[in-house]
Amino acid sequence: MFRSRMTRGIAAGAAAGLLLAVSACGGTTRGDEEEAAETGAVGEADPNAEIPEGLAVSYLPKQLNNPYFTFANTGGSEVAEELGAEFKEVGPSEANASSQVSYINTLSQQGSDVIVLAANDPNAVCSALNSARQAGAKVVTYDSDTAPECRDAFVNQASAEGLAKVQVEMIAEQIDGEGEIAFLSATPNATNQNLWLELMEEELSSNPDYEGIEVVDTVYGNDDDQKSFQEMQGLLQTHPDLKGVVSPTTVGLAAAARYVSDSEFKGEVAVTGLGTPNQMREYVENGTVEEFALWNPKDMAYLAGYTGAALAAGQITGEQGQTFTAGRLGDYEIGENGEIVLGEPTRFNADNIDDYDF
Amino acid sequence: MAPESTSPLRRLLATREASVVGALIVTVIAASFWIEGFATGRNTGFLILDIAAIALIALPMTLIVITGEIDLSVASTLGLTSAVMGQLWVMGLPLETIVPLCVVLGAVLGAVNGLLVTVAGLPSLAVTIGTMALYRGLAYVVLGDRAVADFPFSWTGGATARIGETQIPWVVLLVIGLAVVFGVVLHATPVGRALYAIGNNDEAARFSGISVRMTKLWLFVASGAVSAVAGVFWTLQYSSARADNAAGLELSVVAAVLLGGVSIFGGSGALAGVIGGVLLLGTIRNALQLADVSSDTLSIVTGLLLVISVVAPNVVTRLKERRRATAPPPDRAAADSSPSSSPTVPAPSKR
Repeated sequence: MFRSRMTRGIAAGAAAGLLLAVSACGGTTRGDEEEAAETGAVGEADPNAEIPEGLAVSYLPKQLNNPYFTFANTGGSEVAEELGAEFKEVGPSEANASSQVSYINTLSQQGSDVIVLAANDPNAVCSALNSARQAGAKVVTYDSDTAPECRDAFVNQASAEGLAKVQVEMIAEQIDGEGEIAFLSATPNATNQNLWLELMEEELSSNPDYEGIEVVDTVYGNDDDQKSFQEMQGLLQTHPDLKGVVSPTTVGLAAAARYVSDSEFKGEVAVTGLGTPNQMREYVENGTVEEFALWNPKDMAYLAGYTGAALAAGQITGEQGQTFTAGRLGDYEIGENGEIVLGEPTRFNADNIDDYDF
Repeated sequence: MAPESTSPLRRLLATREASVVGALIVTVIAASFWIEGFATGRNTGFLILDIAAIALIALPMTLIVITGEIDLSVASTLGLTSAVMGQLWVMGLPLETIVPLCVVLGAVLGAVNGLLVTVAGLPSLAVTIGTMALYRGLAYVVLGDRAVADFPFSWTGGATARIGETQIPWVVLLVIGLAVVFGVVLHATPVGRALYAIGNNDEAARFSGISVRMTKLWLFVASGAVSAVAGVFWTLQYSSARADNAAGLELSVVAAVLLGGVSIFGGSGALAGVIGGVLLLGTIRNALQLADVSSDTLSIVTGLLLVISVVAPNVVTRLKERRRATAPPPDRAAADSSPSSSPTVPAPSKR
C-alpha cells in the first residue's frame, strides 16, 4: 500500500528535479555573460556622453495604487517620452519590506537598464539591488533611500534647510511679517520635525526681515488627527493674539485647517506648513488656508529618471561633484553620499492646487 | 484487490498529485518557451529564494491539514522569531546562540497552539487566528517599528549563497532534507497512517488506540519550530529583522497546500503534491511577473487557480457519479461501481 505513494513521491521528485536541472543548465552560461559585460562597463564619467535611445527605465514604488506614487510616476513617463526610453511601472500591492525583492529580481532578469526605487526597507532590498547592478542595471532611489552602498544615487525630495525656509517665508507673507505665531508639530522626539523647528527658529531670529515675528508656543499633536485638532483649539484659546500657526506635518496641518475652518478664527489666523494637495484642497478652496508647501513628487520622479539615464549613459557615476542636466529641471550636482536634492519645495495655493492629484 | 481494473500507472496518473505535477511541468515548459528570461539559472535561483519560506512551512502544514486541523499563526510565528532574533542580536548575543533559541521559541509558540487545541479542546481555526494576532502583536512589542539590519555578511550572504558553481541556493538542501523527513513520517510510518486516520475520523482513530492529542500537539510544535527556522532564514535572506516580516504569508502556505491536493477537511493528500503546489504557485508568480502582468492581476490569477483546484475535484466526482448512474455497460459496471476508496487511493474529501 505504500509502494504507490512512494512511486508518486518519486515521480513528483523527479519532476521537481527536472525543473531545477533544465533551468539550471540553461542559464549558468548566460549569467556568466552578464557578469562579464558588467566589468567592461565600469569606467570614468564622461559628461558629454549621449543618452542612448531605448533605455529600459523601470519604476518600482513602495506599492502600486498609492495616489502619491501614481502621481509621482507620471514624471517617469514624461522622462521616458523625452528620451525615447521604455517606461515601466511595477510593484507589490502591499508596501512591505521584502515584497519588493522579487520585483527587483524580475527587473534585473528582464534586463532593465535603470531601476528607480522607493525602498520599503533600507536593507531588505540590498542584496537584490546589488545583484541587479552586477547584471548591469543602474539603481536610483527616490522618496525613500536604501543604504548608500546599494544604489548609485538618491534623489532627495527636499533639504531640511529648504523646507524650513519656505515655511518661514509663507507664514511671514501671510501675517505681513508681524505678530505672534506658534508651531503645531508631530511628536516631541520626531527627528525630522525637530530639525525643521530648530532651523525655522534660527531663521526667524537671525533674519532681520522677520524681526516683528514672535514664536510664542510649540505644541505636539503626535501626528494623530484628534490630538492635533485639540492642540490647535488649545493654542487659539491660550494665545488670543495669535496671528498664525505653522504645522510641519501633514496630519497636523490638515487638523489645524479643519478646526480653523469651522471657527470664528477663519480668515483671522493664518494656517500653513507642509501638507498634501488632496488633504488640503477643501481648505484652500474655502479660504482657510492661503498657501502651504511640499515637494512636487512628479518632479522628484522626473529627476530620478534623468539621473538614471545619465548614469546609464556614463555621464555620471554617482561620485560627489559630478553634474548633469535633467531636462526641464535644469542642471544638478551630486552631493555627499550620492545624494541629489530636488530643490526648492513647491508651494500650493488656489492658483495651482488643481494641477496636483496626490 | 479483485475489482481493480486499472494498472498502477494509470492509478498514479489519476491522482491529484499527478495533476499538480503535470500542471507544473506544463507551466515550466510553456514559460520556458514563451517568456524571455524564465529558463535561466539566475531566474531559477530567484524563484527558489522567493518560495523557500513557503516551502518550509508548507511541510508541517500538510501534516496538520491532513489531520483536519490548520495553523494560521505560522507567518506571525515567523515575524515574532525575526523580531526576537533582531532584539537578541542588538543585545549582543552571538548568532550561534540566537538561532537555537529562536527555534526553541518557535517550538514553544507552536506548543501553545497545540495545548489550546488539544487540552482546551478548541478548534484550531479559532485558536490560530487568535495567536496569529497575538504573536504579531508581541513582535511589535519586541521590536516596534525598528528594523535590525546589521547582521554579519558571512551569515546574510550565506543565506542566499548558491551551491558550488550552480545558481541553486543551498536552502534547497534544507527544504529537501526536511521534505524527506516529513515525507517519510507521513507516508512510511505508523504515525503517518495515524494522521490520515485522525483526519478521516478522529473518534474512530482514538478508539483504535491512536493518541490523537499527543499526535496533534507534536504537529503544532513541529509547525512552530519550522516556522521559526523559516523566520531565521527570512531574516538573514533579507538581512532585516522586522516585526512585519512575512505578514500574510500564511495564506500563501495554505493556498499551496490546498493546491497540492490536500483536502481542507482532512484525511487525504500527499507531500509530493504539496511540493508540486508550492513550485506551481511560485512558478506562475515568477513567470507572470516576468511577463509584466501587474500585481493585481497576479492575485486574481492565483486566487482563481486556488478556487478551481478546490472546486474541480468535486465537479469531477459528480460527473463520474452521474455517468455511472446513466450508462452502465454490463461487464464494466461491476468494476467501476465499487467504492472508490480502495486502500491505495486516498478517500475523496468528506462533504
